[in-house]
Amino acid sequence: MDIIIGFGILIGFWAAGECLSVLMGHFVPGSVLGMLLLFVALMLKWVKPQHIEKVAHFLTRNMTIFFIPTVMGIMDQWGIIRVNWLGWLAVIVLTTICVMAATGYTVQWTDCLLRKKGGSK
Amino acid sequence: MMRELLMNQPLMLALTIGVYILAVRIRTRSGIMLLNPMLISMPVIITILWICRIPAQHYLQSTSMLSFMLGPCVVALGLTLYEQRLTIRQYLVPILSAVLVGSVVGVLSVVALCRWLGLDQMMGLSLEPKSVTVPIAMEISKGIGGNTSITAISVALCGLFGGIFGPAIMKILHVKNPIAVGAAIGSASHGIGTARAMELGAIEGAVSGLCIALMGVATSVMVPIINALL
Repeated sequence: MDIIIGFGILIGFWAAGECLSVLMGHFVPGSVLGMLLLFVALMLKWVKPQHIEKVAHFLTRNMTIFFIPTVMGIMDQWGIIRVNWLGWLAVIVLTTICVMAATGYTVQWTDCLLRKKGGSK
Repeated sequence: MMRELLMNQPLMLALTIGVYILAVRIRTRSGIMLLNPMLISMPVIITILWICRIPAQHYLQSTSMLSFMLGPCVVALGLTLYEQRLTIRQYLVPILSAVLVGSVVGVLSVVALCRWLGLDQMMGLSLEPKSVTVPIAMEISKGIGGNTSITAISVALCGLFGGIFGPAIMKILHVKNPIAVGAAIGSASHGIGTARAMELGAIEGAVSGLCIALMGVATSVMVPIINALL
C-alpha cells in the first residue's frame, strides 16, 4: 500500500506541475515544476518524506534504465550526428570545460567575498 | 517462426532490464563508478539486436513505455533536494550564484559553438540542455524542438567527460576550494560526474549532487529566455 501512496503522490505532483506549466505557456517543463512543488510541500511538512521515500529512491537510483530506450533511439538519428560528429564531440567537450570553469570560479570568488565580509565584521 | 518468436514486446523489455542489471553488476564488481550502466547497456543491446536481426523500430516501440517513468523520476528529485536542505542552507549563496552563472554559460557556449562550427540547427537545440541530468534535459529538449535521443546521449557524454577529466581540469584552472570543485563537477556533468565527486570528498560529493537538480531548474528557465533573446 505504501508504494501505491508514494507513487500516487509523485504522479499527483507531476500532474499539478503539468497544469502549472500549461498556465505558464509551457515555459518550464511540467515535471520540473512538479519537482519544485514537491520540494516546497516537503519543506512545509504537507508531505512526509517517509510517504514517498521508497518509490522516490527506487526511481532516482535506477533512473538510467528509464532512458535506455530514448538513448537507443540514436540508432534512428545516427545520420544527423555522422554528418558532423567531430563538431558534435567538440561542442560537448568545450562547453563542459566552459561550464566547469564558470561555476568553479564563481564559487571561489563568492566564497572569498563572503569570507572577507565575515572577517571585517 | 523465428521472427515471430523474437518480435514480442515483453522480450524486448526483458532484454533491456536484463542488460541493465548486468551493467549495474559490472560497475559494482569493478568498483569503477564511471562505468555508467547506460554506456555499457547501449553497445550490448545494439549488438544483440543486430545479431538477432531485430529492427530498431520494433525495439524502440516495445520499450517506449519505460520512458514514461522519467516524469515521476524528475518529480522524485524533489525529495533529493529536500534531503540535501542542510547543505543548501550552508552553501546557499555560492551554490545559487554558481548554478545561475553555469546555466547561462552552458546554454550560451553551446549556441555560440554550434553557430561557429556550422552545426545543424536541430543539433544545436538538442545540445542546449546538455549540462543537465538526462530526464530534465530531455524535457527541455522536447519543449524547444530538439531531438531527445541526441540530447540523452550528448548529456551522458558530457557526464563521462566531466567525470573523467573534471578533477584534472579543476587542478589546471587552480580551483582548489572543495565547494567550488563540487559545484563545477555537478553543474557540468550531473550524476555521472557526481559519482566521481563523491570519491574526491564528502563536501565535493554533497555539493555536486545538489547542483544536479538546481542546474536542471536554472537551465529549464534560461533556455527559453536565451532562445527568445537570440
